[in-house]
Amino acid sequence: MEREVGTFRVKAGLAEMLKGGVIMDVTTPEQAVIAERAGAVAVMALERVPADIRAAGGVARMADPHIVREIMDAVTIPVMAKARIGHFVEAQILEALGVDYIDESEVLTPADEQYHIDKAKFKVPFVCGARNLGEALRRIAEGAAMIRTKGEPGTGNVVEAVRHARTVNADIRRVVAAPEDELGTIAKELGAPLELVREVHELGRLPVVNFSAGGIATPADAALMMQLGVDGIFVGSGIFKSQDPEARARAVVRATTHFQDPAVLAEVSVGLGEAMPGIEISKIAPAERMQERGW
Amino acid sequence: MATIGVLALQGAVREHARVLASLGAEVRLVKRPGDLEGLGGIVLPGGESTTIGMLLEEYELAPVLRAGEIPIFGTCAGMILMADEIEDSDQPRLGVMRISVRRNAFGRQRESFEEAIDGAPVTGDPLRGVFIRAPYVTDVGPDVEILGRVDGKIVLCRQGRFLAASFHPELTDDRRLHRYFLEEIVQRAAHLA
Repeated sequence: MEREVGTFRVKAGLAEMLKGGVIMDVTTPEQAVIAERAGAVAVMALERVPADIRAAGGVARMADPHIVREIMDAVTIPVMAKARIGHFVEAQILEALGVDYIDESEVLTPADEQYHIDKAKFKVPFVCGARNLGEALRRIAEGAAMIRTKGEPGTGNVVEAVRHARTVNADIRRVVAAPEDELGTIAKELGAPLELVREVHELGRLPVVNFSAGGIATPADAALMMQLGVDGIFVGSGIFKSQDPEARARAVVRATTHFQDPAVLAEVSVGLGEAMPGIEISKIAPAERMQERGW
Repeated sequence: MATIGVLALQGAVREHARVLASLGAEVRLVKRPGDLEGLGGIVLPGGESTTIGMLLEEYELAPVLRAGEIPIFGTCAGMILMADEIEDSDQPRLGVMRISVRRNAFGRQRESFEEAIDGAPVTGDPLRGVFIRAPYVTDVGPDVEILGRVDGKIVLCRQGRFLAASFHPELTDDRRLHRYFLEEIVQRAAHLA
């Protein structure tokens, strides 16, 4: 048998290996090393964390390749990086740099308001955001090998992450409970391919790994999302916008592993200093909500 | 059939649990030292070896596994954790096998691949290896049996009751390597005891 590179199995397989772990946003090699030492399973290389992107305004783009390279050189764990929705050339550049996963992300300013990236064309796998099952399955149909619920990035407010995880769960329960002859209509309502809806019906879950993102700021937040059934955690601004990033990073990792053990959760939550300042979602104008980007 | 643990600190836990259960094993997810009691064997799944190694020490699972009584089958990160020598790394490990491993030895994710394994201890078609940022073994001690290679690199080996693979049989429908672990290692160890 010849060597086959970039099969869907190796793309989705890396996400399987990240399960039960925490992926942390980092903007410097020093932060990447702190994340790795704290037990992160991967880092997301960025120029600015979402809270700073939100504060800065303007157009947010792919990070400078120099920053991505420096971070790749600093750690042995996988390195992810973000491309704008629909910006397939940013994705080509990230693939050429050798990043391990590309996040086609609503945290950056979309480059295309109609079409997401044709992700199946790439050897490197993609993760995409979703707020419900239909959105998740559309991304998977385009070639995404991993999903993360969107939440509302850069807020330190877990409420949207919870909403999206519960919505995906409710949608899946409906698909699982439906008789087979109703799946076609459900697929139409969800705006998702029937073949993938059938797969969800059989598996009782998404066909790829599903992490939670967007607003996780404490170990308790991470465990909450794990108990709601997600496979792992993305922490964006929550680590390096807090008072003691190293201690908080360690605590979030341990809370994600032992999410069902309140004694461990209590122990790791002690003495972490101030969490990042949070934002009430109703204070963000609907047009400024990152979760509305993508479709 | 013996109870088989799957180390559940992080990684591809459910895939191994599914394969083991389909072979008739009683499966127990292992997070704390108490979970190790009475196990006939344990699987160390793929995941991030730096993360799992650190948590193995902190939650006091490492000393019991290091004692060497429980048969272990490690895949990918599991292989790294079983090695006594990890190139360019001082990361925490169990070190139960006399092997040297190189992490991410085939390259980064875009170089991850599937390929047939030469010489694996199975009958019929060759095993299809799924390699994801995979390690390989660069050197082995005298009591280590080399069981499989890809491109000439050692990707499957055994030392007594320890079996280590660079690749991920749990991501395929092929259960032969798990069966080998249960029949040739777990059952024999139970018989000797």
